[in-house]
Amino acid sequence: MSFELSAEHQAFRHAVRDFAEGEVAPHVAAWDKAHHFPVDVVQKMGEMGLFGLTAPEELGGSGGDFTSLCVAIEELGRVDQSIGITLEAGVGLGINPILTFGTPEQQERWLPDLVAGRRLAGFGLTEPGAGSDAGATRTRAVLDGDEWVVDGAKQFITNSGSEITSLVTVTARTGTDERGRPEISAIMVPAGTPGFTAEAPYDKLGWHISDTHPLTLQDVRVPADHLLGDRGRGYAQFLATLDDGRIAIAALAVGCVQACLDLCVEYAGQRTTFGKPIGAKQGVAFQVADLAVMAEVGRTMTYRAAAMKDAGAPVKELKQAASIAKLYTSEAAVTATRIATQVFGGYGFMEEYPVARFYRDAKILEIGEGTSEVQRMLIARGLGLPVE
Amino acid sequence: MTKIVVAVKYVPDATADRKFESDDTVDRENVDGLLSELDEYAVEQALQIVEEGEGEVTVLTVGPDDAADAVRKALQMGADAGVHVNDEAIAGSDAIATSLVLAKAIEKLEYDLVMFGMASTDGSMGIVPTLVAERLGLPAVTYGSEITVDGSTVTIRRDGDAASETVTAEGKVVVSVTDQTGEPRYPSFKGIMAAKKKPVDEWSLADLGVDAAQVGLDASGTQVESTAPRPPRTAGEIVTDEGDGGTKLAEFLASKKFI
Repeated sequence: MSFELSAEHQAFRHAVRDFAEGEVAPHVAAWDKAHHFPVDVVQKMGEMGLFGLTAPEELGGSGGDFTSLCVAIEELGRVDQSIGITLEAGVGLGINPILTFGTPEQQERWLPDLVAGRRLAGFGLTEPGAGSDAGATRTRAVLDGDEWVVDGAKQFITNSGSEITSLVTVTARTGTDERGRPEISAIMVPAGTPGFTAEAPYDKLGWHISDTHPLTLQDVRVPADHLLGDRGRGYAQFLATLDDGRIAIAALAVGCVQACLDLCVEYAGQRTTFGKPIGAKQGVAFQVADLAVMAEVGRTMTYRAAAMKDAGAPVKELKQAASIAKLYTSEAAVTATRIATQVFGGYGFMEEYPVARFYRDAKILEIGEGTSEVQRMLIARGLGLPVE
Repeated sequence: MTKIVVAVKYVPDATADRKFESDDTVDRENVDGLLSELDEYAVEQALQIVEEGEGEVTVLTVGPDDAADAVRKALQMGADAGVHVNDEAIAGSDAIATSLVLAKAIEKLEYDLVMFGMASTDGSMGIVPTLVAERLGLPAVTYGSEITVDGSTVTIRRDGDAASETVTAEGKVVVSVTDQTGEPRYPSFKGIMAAKKKPVDEWSLADLGVDAAQVGLDASGTQVESTAPRPPRTAGEIVTDEGDGGTKLAEFLASKKFI
């Protein structure tokens, strides 16, 4: 067996690293400060084929595997987490639901631009009162003749309000099933549909460059054929894509840990106190060594989960591997940024040093795509424990 | 149908800690190497020319085993085929000897246009394109910042300090391009996977009919007498302002002949 990425994956890692260092790194501090979403760079990512990585070639994609997507997310995330999540959400939440559940007509209409990275799509699941508890969804959609009429509100929706957003797929109650439970369906709402508004962007602790909005839907009318997948299967279909998302977030977290490691190795070798580089002090050097361990462990478990996904591993095993990787790497990322800012001392608290940005960006990794608590619950259930 | 040969060089990474060997040649073993960044511009221009019309891009390099990476990178960017001239006897060749190997290799290929980067990022001489053109008996147009091909006419814009000139050449021509021609593309995953299946020929000096005695360190027309690393930067001088800071700064600048 081999623990190495293939030569092609490694070449691709170099290419994405060159892109991130050439196109993103020089500007990232300014974008972060201005909360600027760099449409031109997102479209350049599209030209490089990043959004179409896992889409089939007949739809304009690269026909690549999930591992290649994780490589891209990790390398972008090593330079900036917001750019990494923009790709992760663009593929996992924008493209994949349409790719997996869309009709040929829906795919033909929406995917070419999404796969090429000319446009972005979002997925609206979370609501003010419903996240992982999708049964509490309050957004409603009623069929009126040959139109769905959608009313409700969504929150924390990535890529939903950029100038290149072409649509957001929203989950909505479309009725009640025979057991009295809400029937949740997914409906595609094109940007610019009257009554559909991406509200002012959030003032977030981190991920300043990522486009995230609350959405309001008021008497929004879309044709009946904008139902994505089967009626009443919206939440179940979304759940089916979550395992991928967890592994992808783990890749993003590995990028964060690697960034902390790289920045600390460089700084600890340069910064001198009492006539010696601070890396000569065990108090610093040992912490940097711990970062290397976290990066190595995190990367190994993340790419193992990605390889399982690519190999078509049994769902139960994949779910467990995905949750384990997501839980470990996201918590390691938060720890790594705490260590990195400590190694940088006072400078680590200054926005002019990237470690400060990573410190702010890391926290969301423990929350998004299922909190650490949800991951522990899933892992415990996977072990057969009757945890609630 | 334009057939383009792009000659590229595998160079030590300019951002790494570069060193010399005991014989004053560049240490190529212990430093990560890559396709010279200036040559990426030539690859990009060649790809754009064939994408505009029709054609094929063959990328050619002369170098040790690792130089195959430079060919591979160009194939990943989109070049169609590669040629790697690899022979131990070539090691240490100067620009003149290298130009002989390149010219002999190019003569074995079908081509309409030969392209180079403006210079290598290690030797930085920028004379190989002209030397190769001389050996091939072709015109050379160097430092092109815009290249267009229309049938058998190649039009090249050269930007100088005071003026820009536009030059045309009919038939076969050797062109070197600057870093003002347009940013080279990043290889896509699709390009990387496709490169696996592209043909790369490996040629020795014997394949080219070049006598080993004509190349290499001993046959080179120029010899590097000595090399020394640049001395490390010294600490700056801090001028403390005690009311006369301006005067002190002016004196410092005057002492360095800036003013």
